[in-house]
Amino acid sequence: MISRRDFLQVSMAASAIVGASGFGNWARLAAQQTLTQDQLLEFDTFGNVTLIHVTDIHAQLKPIYFREPQINIGVGEARGRVPHVTGADFRKLYGIADGSMPAYALTYDAFSALGKEYGKVGGLDRVATVVNAIRAARPDALLLDGGDTWHGSYTCYHSAGADMVNVMNKLAPDAMTFHWEFTLGSERLLELVEELPFAALGQNIFDKEWDEPSEFFESYKMFERGGTKIAVIGQAFPYMPIANPGWMFPEFSFGIRDERMQEMVDEARAEGAELVVVLSHNGFDVDHKMASRVSGIDVILSGHTHDALPEPVLVNDTIIIASGSNGKFVSRVDLDVRDGRMMGFKHKLIPIFSDVIEPDAEMTQLIDEQRAPYLDQLTEVIGQTADDQLLYRRGNFNGTWDDLICDALIEERDADIAMSPGVRWGPSILPGQDITREDIWNVTSMSYGKAYRTEMTGEFIHVILEDVADNLFNTDPYYQQGGDMVRIGGMGYTIDVSKPQGERISDMVHLKSGEKIDPAKTYVVAGWASVNEGTEGPEIWDVVESYIRRQGVVSLAPNTSVVVNDI
Amino acid sequence: MDISRRETLALGLGAAALAFLPFRVNAATEDAIAAFTGGAEIGEGGITLDAPEIAENGNTVPIGVNAPGAAAILVLATGNPTPGVAQFKFGELAGSQSASTRIRLAGTQEVMAIAKMADGSFVKASSTVKVTIGGCGG
Repeated sequence: MISRRDFLQVSMAASAIVGASGFGNWARLAAQQTLTQDQLLEFDTFGNVTLIHVTDIHAQLKPIYFREPQINIGVGEARGRVPHVTGADFRKLYGIADGSMPAYALTYDAFSALGKEYGKVGGLDRVATVVNAIRAARPDALLLDGGDTWHGSYTCYHSAGADMVNVMNKLAPDAMTFHWEFTLGSERLLELVEELPFAALGQNIFDKEWDEPSEFFESYKMFERGGTKIAVIGQAFPYMPIANPGWMFPEFSFGIRDERMQEMVDEARAEGAELVVVLSHNGFDVDHKMASRVSGIDVILSGHTHDALPEPVLVNDTIIIASGSNGKFVSRVDLDVRDGRMMGFKHKLIPIFSDVIEPDAEMTQLIDEQRAPYLDQLTEVIGQTADDQLLYRRGNFNGTWDDLICDALIEERDADIAMSPGVRWGPSILPGQDITREDIWNVTSMSYGKAYRTEMTGEFIHVILEDVADNLFNTDPYYQQGGDMVRIGGMGYTIDVSKPQGERISDMVHLKSGEKIDPAKTYVVAGWASVNEGTEGPEIWDVVESYIRRQGVVSLAPNTSVVVNDI
Repeated sequence: MDISRRETLALGLGAAALAFLPFRVNAATEDAIAAFTGGAEIGEGGITLDAPEIAENGNTVPIGVNAPGAAAILVLATGNPTPGVAQFKFGELAGSQSASTRIRLAGTQEVMAIAKMADGSFVKASSTVKVTIGGCGG
């Protein structure tokens, strides 16, 4: 007798043969640079259920550039495993030609040149076109939003999330889970959640005082589509009060809670669910571990760590789908569910090439309505990038956007050392491009953006670096928080990622004086995004705007101050 | 330089954070285990310990223990200066042998629960709870 697991593997092999992961097709076509919208969307509808996944949009309503990471180190079991594969290794793994559109979408090399050739990505009006096309083929497809949607732009900040809620409501997801949405503060968050015309999910969102599931969020929701009962279980970001300011949402507690996840899967199955989908904001490595510990999950739609994978990753009987960030990708997953079991799947990671996909006119109009009250502010040009200067953030260590922000903090705030948070959001700016106020907000906007100036001993700076490094490089993914390393300006250091906490960071040097950092000496440190209540200082976007205005044309010296050992 | 409220806060954090490196099991823990078990061998299984992987607040960490058929459960924060947290005793008429409480952790460390079963045998479960400065989440 063929077991379910065997069947899945057979099905997966068969899929690979016919190129049904969807990826092979556009990789080849794009190599010839003849990609059209029809080809991007081409998909032979399969089975009886369709899932559409978007995640980590970070309020990017309009097309942007977004460079994928050069350095994305996996530790422990994740070492060398996707998504910890970048650049040429990634292209080799998935059979992508150098210089092709897929290479531009999924890898970092030659980004400036390819960006000029292939144009911007994303834009929710393009996403709407893709979602509508999938719905035309499968009218009852489930659209699921993995969260980090109501954060990350000038308009989102000033409308306190209203712009994103308006636009997403038109896109009409069936369910959503959460992370940065909580940094709107509990009051505003609940105001928006209570009005949502779709399910707000999070089995791990707890009432802190009573240590029981929050009354404001459902753990899961049952849908009936194509004659199939589908349970969608929500998993919010587990470490919100640690990675973000807990004082902004003091009523809530989170955590991974995988034992409760198992209970929810079992409960949903007992209620007749034939397909169990987890809409997750865990981050990829946490989802990978959770899939190995919780049984009965068919599909994990993974968010938080911003990885884009052209094929699902199979863990036991669970497939994990990673759909990128900033509106750059939409995943379509078609499933054959019969006799209460997932019998096979077809998947396609659809890159939203803005110049190829026709915008949906109604959605363009709705987006422009959200932006209209702020348009003068948004479009004001503050400076330009030099002809050889790309600004990007994503990667485990400093990106050029962070170098620029750290330079701004040191110069504008008269500091020895600068610290900038290792967040994974923030679009890129090509060489020779205008930098508008909107661009600055896209990499800095948050509800706790005060730029502090304080004194720290060399020893304390070391403790901070060790602490953050362990949040990234702890070999057990359940102890990782999913951000990148804190960005440092004015100081160099060496990191050995394979060492335990307390031993990773060495050779800390104050760059200006060339002297070693003295554990006992006090340094003036400027930074932003402190999770502590009562942080004082100017807003970071004002600091960066002032610095860029003084620079005029931004040109940065290459940053060689972080030495990474044992990659 | 004037010390603002923010700076005072940050300096306070600095002092606290120095204690955030991993703690080792100390002699007091070994003594507490020996006093509870009388040196008997401790098995695995039959007891569960619920604790977060990363504490949202090291000053109040929710934990739960459950050991069906136990006569008593000892909970230890092995890295605290005083590791003893609680000892729960269950009478014969107890409906279940489980308990939950909130504990304070001085830093990243192993939290341990040891159950004395009705037949006099011992089992244990442990879990690492990380206490971190936080921030910088993506």
